[in-house]
Amino acid sequence: MAAKTLYDKLWEAHVVRDNPDGTALLYIDRHLVHEVTSAQAFEGLKLAGRKPWRVGANVATADHNVPTTDRRAGIADPVARLQVETLDQNCRDFGIVEFGMSDPLQGIVHVIGPELGATLPGTTVVCGDSHTSTHGAFAALAFGIGTSEVEHVLATQCLIAKKVKNMRVRVDGPIPPGVTAKDIVLAIIGRIGTAGGTGYAIEFAGSAIEALSLEGRMTVCNMSIEAGARSGMIAVDEKTIEYFRGRRSAPKGDLWDEAATAWRELRSDPDAKFDKEVALNAREIKPQVTWGTSPEMVAPIDAVVPDPEKESDPTKRIGMRNALQYMALAPGTPIRDIALDKIFIGSCTNSRIEDLRAAAAVVKGKRVAKTIKLALVVPGSGTVKRQAEQEGLDRIFMEAGFEWREPGCSMCLGMNADHLQPGERCASTSNRNFEGRQGAGGRTHLVSPAMAAAAAIAGRFVDIRELR
Amino acid sequence: MQKFEKLTGLVVPIDRPNIDTDAIIPKQYLKSIKRTGFGPNLFDTWRYLDPGEPGMDHGKRRPNPDFILNQPRYRGAQILLARDNFGCGSSREHAPWALLDYGIRAIIAPSYADIFYNNSFKNGLLPVVLPRDAVDRLFRETTAAPGYRLTVDLPAQTVTTPDGTVFAFDIDAFRKHCVLHGLDDIGLTLEHVNEIRAYEARRKREAPWLFT
Ligand code: SF4
Repeated sequence: MAAKTLYDKLWEAHVVRDNPDGTALLYIDRHLVHEVTSAQAFEGLKLAGRKPWRVGANVATADHNVPTTDRRAGIADPVARLQVETLDQNCRDFGIVEFGMSDPLQGIVHVIGPELGATLPGTTVVCGDSHTSTHGAFAALAFGIGTSEVEHVLATQCLIAKKVKNMRVRVDGPIPPGVTAKDIVLAIIGRIGTAGGTGYAIEFAGSAIEALSLEGRMTVCNMSIEAGARSGMIAVDEKTIEYFRGRRSAPKGDLWDEAATAWRELRSDPDAKFDKEVALNAREIKPQVTWGTSPEMVAPIDAVVPDPEKESDPTKRIGMRNALQYMALAPGTPIRDIALDKIFIGSCTNSRIEDLRAAAAVVKGKRVAKTIKLALVVPGSGTVKRQAEQEGLDRIFMEAGFEWREPGCSMCLGMNADHLQPGERCASTSNRNFEGRQGAGGRTHLVSPAMAAAAAIAGRFVDIRELR
Repeated sequence: MQKFEKLTGLVVPIDRPNIDTDAIIPKQYLKSIKRTGFGPNLFDTWRYLDPGEPGMDHGKRRPNPDFILNQPRYRGAQILLARDNFGCGSSREHAPWALLDYGIRAIIAPSYADIFYNNSFKNGLLPVVLPRDAVDRLFRETTAAPGYRLTVDLPAQTVTTPDGTVFAFDIDAFRKHCVLHGLDDIGLTLEHVNEIRAYEARRKREAPWLFT
C-alpha cells in the first residue's frame, strides 16, 4: 500500500462516496456554530422544511458580537442583539447544545471546541469561520466553510469537497528563548506568503513543532488560513492524547482506551510524499512584528520597515506602498521605534491560559506606559478566565493598568464595542492586520502575547529577548 | 441559487492584490441575519468618505470620487477584474452576497482564496481564473477603453474581448454543472441518503466515542 500523509488518512476515513467528477461526499463529525454565519443557514433549513441530520454533532456559542464588559445589561446594539438572539432561538428550535452569552462555558468557538472535548483527534471539524483550521492541532481535518455549506452540513452531516494537495512545513531545531508559536507561524507566513498554502492542506512537523504545547500548536494551525491553506494539522503524540483526558465530551472508561489506541495511528507514514515541502530552522526565528496590511508583511523585531522601491515584483511593490501609506510608516523605520496607542491580548490565536501566563510574566510588577490609551486582555473562554483568576493573573494585569474583560472575539475584529478609532495603532495578538480589521482606519501590528505585553509597558515595540 | 450561463457586461478593474473579505464587506454589516441588502456596502470603506453603520441611508453618504466603482464610466459594471488572491480572509459568505447584490455576476482574477472561491459558486457568482499575462492585458484594455465589455461564456469556458480574442478557462465539472443549472447542493446530496446512513453506521462501530 502506498504511504499516506495524515491528511490522506483523515480524508479517506471520512469519504461517504466518491463522485465521478472527482469530488467526494465527506462526512462531518463535528460542526461548530456561531452567530455571524449561521442565521441565514438556519433560515434556509426552515424554509426547505428540513431538520438537522444529527443534532448531537453540533455545538454552538455566541462569540463575535458579545460585549466584553458587564453582560447583565445585555447587548446594547439592537442589530447585534438580534443576531445573538437569533442563534439562541435557532438552537432552541432544533435542540442544538449552545453555550450562550451568559453560560460559564461560553467563549470563542475555536477555544471552547477543544476545551470541551468537542474537537477530538481523527475527526472532521467544520465551522462557518475560517479559523476552524485551529482544530487541526489535534490531528483533525478542520476547515472553515461559508453559510451555504453550514446549511449543507446541518441538513446532511456531509459536505461536497475536493481533495487538495499535501504540503509539509517542517520547523526543526531548538526554539530560542523569547520566541513563541506565534513567531513561528508568522515566520512561516513571511516565508511562503499569504497565498503560499492555497490549494494545499498543510502539515506542520519537525522537532520545534513537537516541542510546542497543544496550545502553541493551536496558534500555529490557527494561522494556516493566513498562509492560504484552509486546513493545517499536526500529528498525534502523547501530549495530544493527554490533553483530552477528563474533558467534558472526551471518551471515558473503556472507550477512552479504545480511542487513544486509534488516535496513535494519526500521523503521516514515514515515507509519505508531499507535493510541496518547506523547511525552517527554529534557531533563526526571532520575535516577529507585522508592519503592513497583510500577515505576510512581517519582519523580525530587530529589522526596519522595508522599502517598497527595492521590491522587484511590480504588483508586490504597489501592495507595499499602499500598506505603508495606510500604516503611516516610512521605509527604514526601526520596528522598535514604532509607538502604539492600544494593546489587545486575545483572539482565537492567542487567548488561552498559556498566552495569558506569558503576557502576565512580562507585565508583573510593571505599569502600562502613559501613552497607551487602552490595554485589553480578553480571555478566550469562561474556563480560561476562571483559570487565570485562580492563578491571580487578572490582578497582575489590572495592577499594571490593563483591563480584564469577559470572553469573546472582541477587538480581533471589533464587531462589538471594542475597536480602534481611525488612525490608532495597536499591538495585537490576533491574526489579521487587514485595513480596518480592528476598526475603520485602525492600524494593526500582529505579535505574540509576550511581545504585546512588553509593548504595553514600553509604549513601543521592544525585543523581549533583551528583557530576560 | 442564480444560474449563470453567458454574460456580456461592463468591466470594472480594481488593481490591487490580496483584496480581503474585510474590504469587500466590513464587519459591521455582518450583523444582518439576511442574505440580501449588502450591495450598498460593497467595498464600504473604499467607497465612501464617511464611516458607515448598518441602518444608515447609504444613498446620503459621501462617495469617494477616487474609488473606481464610483466613477461614472463604470456604473452598472457586472464583471470585476482583480489581481491575485482575491477574497482572502474570512469565510463570510456576505462577500459574494454583497458582490451579487451590487450587480457583479462574474470576477476575473489570476487566483482566489479557497473559501471565497467556493462560496461564490454556491451563489451563482462566477469566479473565472485567467493566467496573469491575460489579466494584465485585460487591465490595460479596460483602463484604455471606456465602456469596455467582456463576454463570459460558461458552457464554452471562454472569455472574449471586444476585438474577438478568446481566453479559455478551467472549471471543475461539478461546479460548472451546478452553476449552469442553478442546482441546490443539498438536494443533490440527499439523493445519497442510504450511503450516508451506511457510512454513519460504520463510523459508529469504528469510533463509538463520537456518538455518545
Ligand atoms: S477571535 Fe477573531 S479570528 Fe478568531 S473567530 Fe473570533 S473574530 Fe474570528
